[in-house]
Amino acid sequence: MNAVNGLTIAVPRGALFDGTVDLLTALGLDTDELRSNDRKLLFEDIGVITMRPSDVPTYVEAGAADLGVTGKDVLLEQSAQTPGEGGREVYELLDLGYGRCVMVLASKAGPDPALEALRRLGVMRVATKYPRIAARHLEETGRQGEIVEVKGSVELAPLTGMVEAIVDLTATGTTLRENNLVVREEIVVCTARLIANPVAHKLKAAAIDALLARLRELPAAARGRGAPDVPEPLSSA
Amino acid sequence: MIHPIPSGTRDVLPEETREVRAITDTLRGVFERHGYGEVYTPALEYESVLARADMAEAKPAYRVFDETGAVLVLRSDMTVPIARVVATRYAASDTPLRFCYFAHCYRGVRPQRGHPRELLQAGIELIGAPAPHGTVEALTVLCHSLDATGLKDYRVGLGDASLFPALMASLGVPDSARPALLERLVLRDFVGLELGLSEAGLAGEAAQLLLDVPQRRGGPEVLADGVGSIADAVTGLRQVHELLEPDVAERVIFDLGLVRNIGYYTGAVFDVYDPELGAPIGGGGRYDELLGRFGRSLPAVGFALGVDRLHIALAGEERGTGALLAASSPKGEPLSADGGAAPRIAGAS
Repeated sequence: MNAVNGLTIAVPRGALFDGTVDLLTALGLDTDELRSNDRKLLFEDIGVITMRPSDVPTYVEAGAADLGVTGKDVLLEQSAQTPGEGGREVYELLDLGYGRCVMVLASKAGPDPALEALRRLGVMRVATKYPRIAARHLEETGRQGEIVEVKGSVELAPLTGMVEAIVDLTATGTTLRENNLVVREEIVVCTARLIANPVAHKLKAAAIDALLARLRELPAAARGRGAPDVPEPLSSA
Repeated sequence: MIHPIPSGTRDVLPEETREVRAITDTLRGVFERHGYGEVYTPALEYESVLARADMAEAKPAYRVFDETGAVLVLRSDMTVPIARVVATRYAASDTPLRFCYFAHCYRGVRPQRGHPRELLQAGIELIGAPAPHGTVEALTVLCHSLDATGLKDYRVGLGDASLFPALMASLGVPDSARPALLERLVLRDFVGLELGLSEAGLAGEAAQLLLDVPQRRGGPEVLADGVGSIADAVTGLRQVHELLEPDVAERVIFDLGLVRNIGYYTGAVFDVYDPELGAPIGGGGRYDELLGRFGRSLPAVGFALGVDRLHIALAGEERGTGALLAASSPKGEPLSADGGAAPRIAGAS
């Protein structure tokens, strides 16, 4: 079958890939090659392009894809820091429900080293791959922090004493536990979101609305959807 | 030697300038034929003067001090300076007044294709012409201008800035919750809007309407059921639609969720889309309260096109047709001998 309603969809490789491909299958797309060929990036006959999740908003904003699937964590990290700065100009259309993770602030087990640093030194150092989310969370909770951006395993940073805490995404908490870290605060629950290019949203309105209607009709199991059980304190920031 | 220029700015060299000039000359011709007189205003203005307008997301981003210590800003649009001009230089003139401009504006955006920090805008302002006739004239000039440049596949999204606030008021959304909900709509975050509605204690039909109405867009059929609270806005849009010439009306997509990120809009608002570009080429709307802030209360409407974006869209539509190659000679010769306009733009005069 051809692309869904003639739309181009940006599909994230990585943790959200399987859920997204299941969804496309449920919509009637022939996803065999998409599943089997993990080196190919462009699947023109089914209107799918694949990329890392943090690139999805970039392609959708530029109009290289009409729609995309990415995590709320990516959208929050790329949203505007200050009014007027302009975040990603994409429409966030639907919470797809799968890929549920929690953005947490964690520190070493035992007496919280972050609290001690705040009390005695006035600043807590926080390592993260999400510097904007971390900075916003500290600001909104009235704490001074020094954000240390790292690209690799964030868990290493507090174990070496470089920082007192981390802000990271966790699905099960296993990696945190294995590194003797405990969750101190839950910042926001993140799930997969369907986003759209603003121009495609107008010029291909019928196709996009038809797709949305079909997605809403899919049984909860196919969408992996649970009720959004935690409000989103960051989304109003 | 490489000498840098500020992020979001760029140099425009002769070949590109020729193409841009062909576009602006065409637009100027259409604006002038419709009776719009071109104005220049200073790029630098007093911050305290421009601050009379509610610019929201498009506030001036660049500030300097002059020799007396006054704060100057680089203008972020031309609508507010022209409102100032009308109040000071045309304080007693008959209306309507018609102005057009081709001017650089400066914004603190994240630089990317079509989003420069120094932005060349081409636009008109129609001062003293209330809805619906003023709106119809602005939309007509807009479409005639774009047609003259040769842009083929564009559409104009038409909505009403007062629609969502009116809907919230009539459905009993608490005052305290309204700004946050409107902000989520401005951010196009429908998931956040749905959550925000339930957090504000709204459920059932009211919540469903607040979520559905801003997602309604399409032909005149979306104006069919103007339920009580949005009846005024929908009636206004219907009046505009009935007065449009068929060639303009066929370009219009009604969009009940259209909101612009500039605060001074009061009624009809519009955005211009082309499939070749992932962002609007331009837009505008009614700003019936802005002039009053400068001391001469007049209804007004206007639009601005991003000339660079229009150029990108034209180049995109021409790709593969050979028209662009024909328009810009690689050796830097004049575009054509027969009047100086590019082939795609020849129909203008």
